[in-house]
Amino acid sequence: MVDIWNGISQAVWLMLTLDPELVEIAARSLRVTVTALVVACCIALPLAAFLAVQRFRFRRAIIALLNALMGLPPVVVGLVVYVILSRSGPLGVLGLLFTPTAMIIAQTVIIVPLIASVAHQSIRDLWAEYHDLLISMNVTRWQKIRTLLWDARRALMTAALAGFGRAIGEVGAIMIVGGNIDHATRVLTTAIALETGKGEFGLALALGFVLIGLAVAVNLSIHWLGRTERGDRW
Amino acid sequence: MTRILPLVAEAVVSRRGPRVLVGPVDLSIDGPGITVVIGPNGAGKTSLLSLLHGTARLASGKIRWACPIEDARHEQAFVFQRPVMLRRSVIDNIAYPLLIRGVPKRDAMDRAHEAAKRVGLGALTRRFAPRLSGGEQQKLALARALIAKPQVLFLDEPCASLDGRAMREIEDILQIARTEGTRLILSTHDMGQARRLADDVLFLLHGKLHDGGPADTFFPSPATPQARAFLEGDIVE
Repeated sequence: MVDIWNGISQAVWLMLTLDPELVEIAARSLRVTVTALVVACCIALPLAAFLAVQRFRFRRAIIALLNALMGLPPVVVGLVVYVILSRSGPLGVLGLLFTPTAMIIAQTVIIVPLIASVAHQSIRDLWAEYHDLLISMNVTRWQKIRTLLWDARRALMTAALAGFGRAIGEVGAIMIVGGNIDHATRVLTTAIALETGKGEFGLALALGFVLIGLAVAVNLSIHWLGRTERGDRW
Repeated sequence: MTRILPLVAEAVVSRRGPRVLVGPVDLSIDGPGITVVIGPNGAGKTSLLSLLHGTARLASGKIRWACPIEDARHEQAFVFQRPVMLRRSVIDNIAYPLLIRGVPKRDAMDRAHEAAKRVGLGALTRRFAPRLSGGEQQKLALARALIAKPQVLFLDEPCASLDGRAMREIEDILQIARTEGTRLILSTHDMGQARRLADDVLFLLHGKLHDGGPADTFFPSPATPQARAFLEGDIVE
């Protein structure tokens, strides 16, 4: 119990004083994950809509694969991205290993299947509803996809938030490809792992509370921006 | 604007698996007016409409418009028995066909407001469309179908499960569309509605065109005993 109280009081103290190191780490966490989320959404949402409206040979196989990849172990993703980006790897010349960009790449790989699967589910339901009308109106495939993405946007926000949650709390992959380098690639989760290893439970807990607070704040603000659960909308 | 009528169907057939839903049917439709499709349940009214509209697969036969099929598809609209509401506001629903045709947004919105007023939805434009009542949804569907000024409008039992007042409002809208030159092809179960609206009648039975003709000769003296029985309210199987 003492550890927890220490953690809480330390967390409050760190946040009240806007500890520069804490702010730096938290900002980097947010930057890496939000960037990964934006990139992942740009890939996953059109993919999900395409899979819903287009019938082709390997469609079912791709959907099954995406569902399976939702449980992709982050450590393995980290390892693969590490191998690809390492000096002797195929993309080694880019010199991306142990940079925030490498962390963004790893997180994007982890959350694309998750976002695409959840989004596909809701877009498919909406497509079943709209199918006859849109076919009758003779809309192009691109217009179909845009209409579905726009009208399913609230459900897609949930998919994106699920992706955000998985990415912000993820430690295995970014530890490997980022290296937890102070002032370069240290983020909240890797810092927690480090402080725990050092036996600094108070600081680790403080960082953990900041992480949770950050995740809750982002979720709340997105819900507020999207005006879900209000009035005449659904 | 190229005219898409006359529509000529030659021995058209629609199937689901081995079962023939409708056909073979021959017909031709031209000029303004309202064609009413009647017949018992399962006679193939809906299948025939979607076949002519081009949303059901043609198993055999030919459908010809006066212009290439791609141009004809943009000059038609379809109103379903159960209206499909886009999860948007009323006004965005009505403007949708214009927006997908590339009409500038402001122009589309102005025309959509005009159309909403014409069908009596002027006060509800900001409402979320799926929350409207059944009659309001069907009026929205009509406004949305008519906004791009189609030359041909198909309606599949547009007044099923609506009360008398909503039905009359919808029939008024249909009559206006007719006088403005839209060809209407409408299926219905309501013989009163058929008599009020029809210029021509198609009587379907077992997927075949069994009887029909101009309304002023068909209704007083149908040629076949089945059509006569159906008009008198007997059960025709």
